[in-house]
Amino acid sequence: MHITVLLFARLRDIAGTANLDRKLPDGATARVLWKTLAQDFPEFNSYSKAISTAVNEEYAHIDSELSDGDEVAFLPPVSGG
Amino acid sequence: MSVLAFVVTTAPLDLSTMVKYVENQLKKAPASAGAIASFLGTVRNENQGHQVDYLEYEAYEPLAVKAFQRIADESTQLWPDTHLAVHHRIGRLHVGEASVAIAAASPHRANAFSSCRYAIERIKQIAPIWKHEYFEGGDIWIEGATASPDDEEARQTAIRLACI
Repeated sequence: MHITVLLFARLRDIAGTANLDRKLPDGATARVLWKTLAQDFPEFNSYSKAISTAVNEEYAHIDSELSDGDEVAFLPPVSGG
Repeated sequence: MSVLAFVVTTAPLDLSTMVKYVENQLKKAPASAGAIASFLGTVRNENQGHQVDYLEYEAYEPLAVKAFQRIADESTQLWPDTHLAVHHRIGRLHVGEASVAIAAASPHRANAFSSCRYAIERIKQIAPIWKHEYFEGGDIWIEGATASPDDEEARQTAIRLACI
């Protein structure tokens, strides 16, 4: 299945892009997706316990199963206000 | 001019239109506003020993607007007579410029203050917004809370702060 990845703030800086496309096996979770990204961008590993996940513009658990066409955002710790 | 309750924008914030907005929202209710509390967060000239040059704010906009709506819904659960407007600015902001504006209306002052304080605490906890600080000789992403809207402990902290 095809997944669109959105990256923000420092994660985007590390990856050098705000958008990525990834192909994953059916039934894969956002956590599986994160692990594949962390292989490509080892600096992501320091964020593994700190990120939040959103699927299709809603907060979601990182262990949620993804579906073809989903848009998954990984969010570093927030600092609005 | 039409004003929306929950906004992420690159334009300068206008608290007075937001105050009018929440006042009008409350006019539709049985009791009109007896109190409007507002909050304006502005860019500080100093952070963690750095002399701040400017900040670049970034948001995951659709989710940020939904987070503001969620915060307002939580506020209504806690203080049913309150109405909130939340606007957050993104892009480059210089020292003294407003990054976030909140207006909270209620028939009673205690609830207006509580709702306003609750909103800013929750924004800092769960709004997908980031600030990138630029100072002489460098820059750094500021990273605060891991956004976790269902974290009840964090929510209770916000409630506690709101009721002081």
